[in-house]
Amino acid sequence: MDNIVGKKSGLTWAVHISMALLVALWLFPTVGLFVSSFRTSDQIATSGWWSSLGTQERQNPAIRIEGDVVEVDGQFTISGNLFGRTGVTVGAWGTNSREPQAYGPGETVDLGEGQALTVRENGDYTLAAPSDFGDQRLPRVFTTAETPPEFTLNNYSAILFDQRNVDGMAKAFFNTLTVTIPATIIPILVAAFAAYALAWMDFPGRALLIAAIVGLLVVPLQLALIPLLKLHNDIGIGKSYLGVWLAHTGFGLPLAIYLLRNYMVGLPRDIIENAKVDGATDFQIFTKIVLPLSFPALASFAIFQFLWTWNDLLVALVFLLDSSGETTVMTKQIVELMGTRGGNWEILATAAFVSIAVPLAVFFAMQRYLVRGLLAGSVK
Amino acid sequence: MHPALQGLITIVVGVGGCIAYYYFSNLFLDKVLFPAKGAMAGRNINRANMVRPWLFLMPALVALGLYLAYPVFATIHLSLTQRVAGGGFEFVGFENYVKMSGEPKFWEALTNNLFWLIVVPAASTAFGLLAAQLSDRIKWGNVAKSLIFMPMAISFVGAAVIWKLVYDTRPAGQEQIGVMNAVWLSFDEGSIWSFLFLKLVPILLVAGFAVAIALMTWALAKPVVQRNGPVSGWRTAAAVLVGAGAVWLIYKSIFGILGIATASLPYGEPQTWLTMPFWNNFFLMAVLVWIQTGFAMVILSAALRGVPEDTIEAAIVDGANPFQIFFQIKVPQIMGTIVVVWTTITIVVLKVFDIVYAMTNGQWETQVLANYMYDKLFRANDWGVGSAAAMVIMLLVTPILVWNVYNARKEMR
Repeated sequence: MDNIVGKKSGLTWAVHISMALLVALWLFPTVGLFVSSFRTSDQIATSGWWSSLGTQERQNPAIRIEGDVVEVDGQFTISGNLFGRTGVTVGAWGTNSREPQAYGPGETVDLGEGQALTVRENGDYTLAAPSDFGDQRLPRVFTTAETPPEFTLNNYSAILFDQRNVDGMAKAFFNTLTVTIPATIIPILVAAFAAYALAWMDFPGRALLIAAIVGLLVVPLQLALIPLLKLHNDIGIGKSYLGVWLAHTGFGLPLAIYLLRNYMVGLPRDIIENAKVDGATDFQIFTKIVLPLSFPALASFAIFQFLWTWNDLLVALVFLLDSSGETTVMTKQIVELMGTRGGNWEILATAAFVSIAVPLAVFFAMQRYLVRGLLAGSVK
Repeated sequence: MHPALQGLITIVVGVGGCIAYYYFSNLFLDKVLFPAKGAMAGRNINRANMVRPWLFLMPALVALGLYLAYPVFATIHLSLTQRVAGGGFEFVGFENYVKMSGEPKFWEALTNNLFWLIVVPAASTAFGLLAAQLSDRIKWGNVAKSLIFMPMAISFVGAAVIWKLVYDTRPAGQEQIGVMNAVWLSFDEGSIWSFLFLKLVPILLVAGFAVAIALMTWALAKPVVQRNGPVSGWRTAAAVLVGAGAVWLIYKSIFGILGIATASLPYGEPQTWLTMPFWNNFFLMAVLVWIQTGFAMVILSAALRGVPEDTIEAAIVDGANPFQIFFQIKVPQIMGTIVVVWTTITIVVLKVFDIVYAMTNGQWETQVLANYMYDKLFRANDWGVGSAAAMVIMLLVTPILVWNVYNARKEMR
């Protein structure tokens, strides 16, 4: 806008740099968790995720030598690779936690009793001895090595597809889906009819009703927890999917009605009046004209409600989750993992990303509608 | 029955039931109750049209009444009663409130909530405004916006995990895997960077906050102090109240600046950020600011684009610099939107539960009202005090509720 008078602002670079910094700051935490979900627990525990993106020199945890003994000319040897992969460059190694960098790569070290150990630069080792090792504990090797980035999908396969994993998210994923879909669809329908009545039908008390809905928009749902739980228990719903669907429907309605009414009021009056003159009933006008035209607003609200029900913890805690744990949803499962697996970041990060992935996909695919809904919902 | 199947049936029954209800009730109205034929045709049509809106509204009104309006009154009632052994409730008057006000945890929650109410809306709106203004001036602005907006889609629980990794602590001597500690340990005592980032920047931030409060209060209080124009009694009272709050905040800020300037920081030791009393609240707030900034940005960006071009052109012709254009031309014109954003975030803050529940569960002096209430309701099983805490939240929301309704009514006229 500053170019209006043909003068390029000197601030342009400052703007680019500050924006880049801001975006980096906002993205950084999420990227951290995302990267961590592809690392093994050892990697996460020994280095920050940011250092995993490039080759890094670090001290590895001790690796105990194991493998098949081969006898050649009375010499018993075990050989193999310490890391089980290529690309690692050993800088120093040792067999003792007090002196983990005692030897250089390629050196052969006498371990006593005639045993000799060699560790080469690429991690290959050879342990040789004049007699069989028997049941004796084999030496541990400490290495300091340059390690290229390494990522794994094992965390995801353990969290999603391992049936026996008690930390698994598969069940919780389907439970969340079961909560979310009906809780998104049903309020839309109920709200659409109500919004049409509030937008295009004339009746006494309409203004009062709209004001009441604006008021209900901000009523904290915390107030509803106990009275409704009591009500659900009294009428026999108890803690169940039905209860949580009803609760989400009730809590989502004010926003739904408000958004849809605001949108429907803006539809061209001519179309609706022409239809009326042509003898269409209100029911026909609603289903044949207003509903199709309101698609953008319906989509906006659907996204809101989807994100809200998918991400919700409180309503599920109160109206759905019982002690059996059969109906656990993802948010609850994650909170539980934070308690029991607080240090196991590979589990936590993966579980969190499983639950974040779906809303993020919806967000990026339907961002246009989300923005439109936000603007309609709050800017007057 | 498998829950997924149950869900499918619910969708079919729910949606089908709704459609059937709307269709058949309309049919019944038109064909049976008030048929548009015969001698009474005209009167019947009128009557049918009077009833029809209520047919359309009925399910929504029942749901709203049952799930939002009724609980308000039921909670008021519950907060005045107490469960008696063996079932049933007895009326105890304000005893629950008295009991609650005797608990230090409640006051801790209330003070923390007040800090949340000041910091989160202010920081989110400020960052949102900054991001909106910057992104409107560059080519890749839309990509930048969508990345800053992204945390909106992440659940509070997911965000809690993300930020717990940021705040993670390893014992001294091990490599830190949390960014905060890694950055913290890179500062040395006496180095220029430490002075810059750990002393100067915080001092400037707090000072900026104090100045902003002072300016805002002055703008509010000016008409009252100078006595020009009609000044009503309640407006004077409001100005005095706001002024007192502002003086307290400025007083606190000055002490904060002195504190930062004189504090000796434990350089070289990894910190457990979430157990650091008082400051841990701000680490939790950062999570919500991170989420809400995108919301503020989207709305303020739309408002900034709606600022009439000719006002800006006129300012440029008059020789205003970009900062003057922003602060003196654009911001005053979008003040209404800023207020809307601020109040919307305020409501989110009042209900904040998941973040505290997942990250600290109110330990280490991070309790907030919503989590305190949850504690009372479902862990202590004290419905009376829990409901009283819920009423406090409702009370804090009420001014915004009234204001919103007032504005909505004004607009409809």
